[in-house]
Amino acid sequence: MATTALTSEAKGLEFRRLLTDERSRGIIFQLAVALGLLAFIIFIVANTLANLEKAGLEPGYGFLNDPAFFDINQRLIEYTSQSTFGRALVVGFLNTILVSSLGIIAAALIGFSAGVLRLSNNWILSRLVTTYVEFTRNVPVLLQIIFWWAILTGLPKVRDSLSIGDALFLNNRGLRMPAPILEQGFGWVFAAFIVGVVATIVIAKWAKRRQDQTGQTAPMLWIGLGLIIGLPVIVHFIIGQPLSWDIPERTRFNFAGGFNVTPELIALWFALSTYTGAFISENVRAGIMAVSKGQSEAAFALGLRPNQTMRLIVIPQALRVIIPPTTSQFLNLTKNSSLAIAIGYQDLVSIGGTILNQSGQALEVVGIWMAVYLSLSLLTSAFMNWYNNKIALVER
Amino acid sequence: MTDQAFHRQQAELLPQRAAPMTQVGVVGWARTNLFSSWLNSILTLVALYIIWVVVSTLIDWAFISSHVSGTDRFACTSEGACWAWLDQRIQQFLYGFYPSEETWRVNLAFVLLFPALAPWLFDNVPGARYLRWFSLAYPIIAAILLAGGLGLTVVGTDKLGGFTLNLTVGLAGIVLSLPIGIVLALGRQSRLPIIRILSIVFIESVRGVPLITLLFVSNIILPIFLPPDVSLNAVIRVIVMVTAFASAYMAEVIRGGLQAIPKGQYEAAQAMGLGYWQMMRLIILPQALKISIPGIVNTFIGLFKDTTLVIIIGLFDILGIANAMVSNPDWLGLSSETYVVVALFFFTVCFSMSRYSIHLERKLDTTNR
Repeated sequence: MATTALTSEAKGLEFRRLLTDERSRGIIFQLAVALGLLAFIIFIVANTLANLEKAGLEPGYGFLNDPAFFDINQRLIEYTSQSTFGRALVVGFLNTILVSSLGIIAAALIGFSAGVLRLSNNWILSRLVTTYVEFTRNVPVLLQIIFWWAILTGLPKVRDSLSIGDALFLNNRGLRMPAPILEQGFGWVFAAFIVGVVATIVIAKWAKRRQDQTGQTAPMLWIGLGLIIGLPVIVHFIIGQPLSWDIPERTRFNFAGGFNVTPELIALWFALSTYTGAFISENVRAGIMAVSKGQSEAAFALGLRPNQTMRLIVIPQALRVIIPPTTSQFLNLTKNSSLAIAIGYQDLVSIGGTILNQSGQALEVVGIWMAVYLSLSLLTSAFMNWYNNKIALVER
Repeated sequence: MTDQAFHRQQAELLPQRAAPMTQVGVVGWARTNLFSSWLNSILTLVALYIIWVVVSTLIDWAFISSHVSGTDRFACTSEGACWAWLDQRIQQFLYGFYPSEETWRVNLAFVLLFPALAPWLFDNVPGARYLRWFSLAYPIIAAILLAGGLGLTVVGTDKLGGFTLNLTVGLAGIVLSLPIGIVLALGRQSRLPIIRILSIVFIESVRGVPLITLLFVSNIILPIFLPPDVSLNAVIRVIVMVTAFASAYMAEVIRGGLQAIPKGQYEAAQAMGLGYWQMMRLIILPQALKISIPGIVNTFIGLFKDTTLVIIIGLFDILGIANAMVSNPDWLGLSSETYVVVALFFFTVCFSMSRYSIHLERKLDTTNR
């Protein structure tokens, strides 16, 4: 009797220890969470299967090979309404990449200039930039996209296009621009450009080494500009101008020649870059302000001029603070480009939405969206980690 | 220089002279801040010109040559803005399709929001102890006021719209995401591998996709996931997804706060014999949450702006109502006026909150510069 009581008491103790001991409690807790999650997933999968069966849908990615039967105006690769859903998605993805990369370039330029100008000692200028930053930052980007789109589509009709130098025409169908015509031999100009870039990199490395050893500097800005822009231009003229422009001309109802940028693309690009530019300018400002004042004072004491101080001392240190949040702003811009759907710019989400409505394959389409955006963001964060490690302060 | 010359003293001090005209006052200020160099002077003049053009055009458009009264756009004959719609439509912009005799409930819920928020956002609020209890009850009070019940007429959630919808979705999202965000942040820091991995996967996958795809999920996928006989209405579904979205961002904000707490605090709490939850509840979280408030406010600003995205899944928030009005034949083509008004609504709310968050950051920043 006594022994059984003892063992049951010991068992109770044993069990209680299982709950009080940190390690075993951790394992039990995790098992419980994992089981709960598993039950949740089974619940969802069962519901999904039941619902799909009821709707008569077959899960799977086979539908990507079916013809799409809808048109896409804005396309970078060949596409007709007979093309497949899969190809439509690729067109959409390329449109997302197009507007994001244009937006990222513009946002970086706007953000950097606005950030520097806000710190300018010109009072009125810095106030002006502050107004821009505060206003754009505090209004939803979707509203800004729709606003600019409404303005652009409210422009005069094609017949009364606003023209800039009789080469650019702005009307309610977008911006018509001269199109470059590449004739035979343009390959050489392009090759000259590549040679210019490579030569600049090589010379820059050499100049840096020479400066480290002897202290002599080289005017890298001018050398670089000369090689990257000058060389192709010279080659262009030597070969006999293989590049000409197809300038749009008014015809009775429309334009002949040139190419058209849709108001959707312009509105989306402009709204995204001004919006993200405002956020980037805050990062730039914070980054520059984070460089301690002693650094620029020391630079002045060494006899560096203000712009040298900025370029050689302040900016390199500020970049360390600026780059990480700015990368995530670039990512935000890419994600915000999905708002294109509101104005009918055909990006990945917008085309996916059409496909989703036509085929009913909601799970698969949403899966593709998530996979694309997640891989973009993982790529970005991989780059950010690499960059952070590269420029991290080596602490002693 | 001889010693003598060096030590020679003035018989009496010269009287102090006023600083030159060009260094003080308005002139001095303008010289240092506006015209310190040629480049600066040109920039100042260009900036002044831009301001003059923009401001004068805007004032002329919005006030001087605008038109205020009328029942449709044809009443507006002047060049400038047409504000005739404000009188008719502002009710809709604010309350959506909420029955007009019940709008006092929305107003009351909005007014009560301030005493509910005050004790968390400001120090030295009188009666803060009681107000905190009130804040905890506020979500329930607001839900009853908005949706009805307890003697109030029931108003369906499909009637929610306009700015009320933006505020409801934004506030519900942030309030619900706070506890979830805390749990996720703790999970991400946890030593238990399964918990940590699950938290990281959730946070990163939500942060990696645009909110709009999550809203599509709420609209199309959520009904597929639920049992066939269960259906949630659109507003609730949106709030669920917005909460999931916000909690991932909230988790990162709170993680920032947790990481800023010195390790000594954790060690001291453990040395006092506190368990994990006691340590978190009594020592770590109160400090971490306090320094996270600016980040939480910033998350809220972002979330609040993102509530406009509900138009894409067919709800009528303030932007949706504006869009509907712009395409209404009576008011066709008044896009500038309408969107400017909507922008002002958001600007007022977001700008004041961002000022508050900056003020708080300054207060919390005790480092000397």
